[in-house]
Amino acid sequence: MSAQTKQPFAWHGTLERNVIILGVCAFIAVLFGGIVEIAPLFWIQNTIEKVKGVRPYTPLEQAGRDIYVREGCYLCHSQMIRPFRDEVERYGHYSLAAESMYDHPFQWGSERTGPDLARVGGKYSDAWHVQHLMAPRSVVPESIMPNYSFLAKKDLAIGDRSAQLKSLFLTGVPYTKTDITRANDDLKAQAGMGDTGDLATRYPKASIRDFDGNPKRLTEMDALVAYLQVLGTMVDVDSAAAQEHLAREKGR
Amino acid sequence: MANKRIDEPTGTETMGHEWDGIEELNTPLPGWWLWTFYACIIFAIAYCVVYPSWPGMKEGSHGVFGWTSRGQLAQEMAAAKADRQVTLDAIAATSLEDLPANKDLMAKAVEGGKAAFKVNCVPCHGSGAAGSKGYPNLNDNDWLWGGSLTDIHTTLLHGIRQPGDAATRMSAMPAFGRDGMLQPAAVADVVSYVRSLSGLEPASAASQRGNAVFAANCVACHGPDAKGGRMFGAPNLADKIWLYGSTREDVTETVTNAHAGVMPAWGGRLDPVTIKMLAVYVHSLGGGEKFAQPAPAGAAPAPAGAASGATNGQP
Repeated sequence: MSAQTKQPFAWHGTLERNVIILGVCAFIAVLFGGIVEIAPLFWIQNTIEKVKGVRPYTPLEQAGRDIYVREGCYLCHSQMIRPFRDEVERYGHYSLAAESMYDHPFQWGSERTGPDLARVGGKYSDAWHVQHLMAPRSVVPESIMPNYSFLAKKDLAIGDRSAQLKSLFLTGVPYTKTDITRANDDLKAQAGMGDTGDLATRYPKASIRDFDGNPKRLTEMDALVAYLQVLGTMVDVDSAAAQEHLAREKGR
Repeated sequence: MANKRIDEPTGTETMGHEWDGIEELNTPLPGWWLWTFYACIIFAIAYCVVYPSWPGMKEGSHGVFGWTSRGQLAQEMAAAKADRQVTLDAIAATSLEDLPANKDLMAKAVEGGKAAFKVNCVPCHGSGAAGSKGYPNLNDNDWLWGGSLTDIHTTLLHGIRQPGDAATRMSAMPAFGRDGMLQPAAVADVVSYVRSLSGLEPASAASQRGNAVFAANCVACHGPDAKGGRMFGAPNLADKIWLYGSTREDVTETVTNAHAGVMPAWGGRLDPVTIKMLAVYVHSLGGGEKFAQPAPAGAAPAPAGAASGATNGQP
């Protein structure tokens, strides 16, 4: 019949009936999708701002971070201040990619039942943190956070922190050899139990003190408060130069 | 093949092809759906052109207008600042003494102070400023260091027991028990006496002995009637407000080890207008007192503090 010659998409019939042509075309389609998903990963480094001050966590902070993860703090607290006026006015300067580049795994979170903690460091005193973790409602009556008083009673399981730092090193966290060999000593020293050595030089801005109000014991509370007190304090984001630069920066 | 016909049961045209007697009905997508789909494609292409979206070797694409979320934030913050600037300038230019007379400006200052309070003061004093054990309630009439606008302003500026600030609110209660100034029995007596003042305990032989201990050790700061003294931030012990608890254990702990609560000196952290607004807000909470009476007898540091507060409040 005459209609047979005027079929629309007649070439598609050829495509469907020829396994080689179909295979080549399917490969191209998958290739395109793959490139779009994979290629940006090769240049992901250029999304991290070059800012000064970010250092790996000290062993004590890292131990506190483990407790933070263990207790599931991320389920209610985010660590990601977005560049919106309401967030910036409440929590402080928006988070930078560089600030979580040594986080494995990162704790950005997606749920804010409690406030964001990306810049909680230095905002409250150690004593406040201890009181708040033991009994949140004693300082924030409307809080629905659970009590974590057991942290103050539980000695921190120190274990082999060198191994932990070493595995972090393998994922790209730039710990030095001294950091790794001295890990257990550093951990105790930062909590005020032992010789600090050059801890403050290797970890700039690290707070070295007893955190939980009980200098005789090294508890999980010490570690967690040490971690909370360092959050968001490494980069001086509020310096005028940093502000100016970040606001103008394009292509991130 | 191409044998298009109307299918009888459905009344729809067939596609015209047929395999082993199976035919396909021609039911195209609705026009509105198809055109919405095309519009989405066009929108996506336009979006990629206008906004930064494509990754590159060194950095992402900029988009035709160079929009960034951070740049937009900077603009919004600048606009918000400009919005407030007139009011903030007006508050800065008005002295604390003149502020209450200007009702409109006062209301704005209270609102500004409320916002700043939520950010800076709530952790210790609580969201309703009701305080908690060790952190004073700011809603009541009980003031350790004075409750007039200028007194509150001075406390905010210089803090409480802040080393390095010459004008800070400074005092230190001795640790009577810990440092052996009072024997445990004497501590127990004075605790009985202090608690009896507000009716927490009936008067007893112990409280009478405690009266003598109090007269010898405590009156210098807390006053002969135990009503406290603002010169030293010494609390009134005869009322029912207890910063560190009113139980026997709590009061014994206080007499034994003493307490010395601290508050940051906000002068170094916040700008003068914010501090002024905070003072106004705290004063407005309910317990605010009138300005210090002119030349009160025997209260030398109070006017000095008030004066420094006023001058520091000037831009």
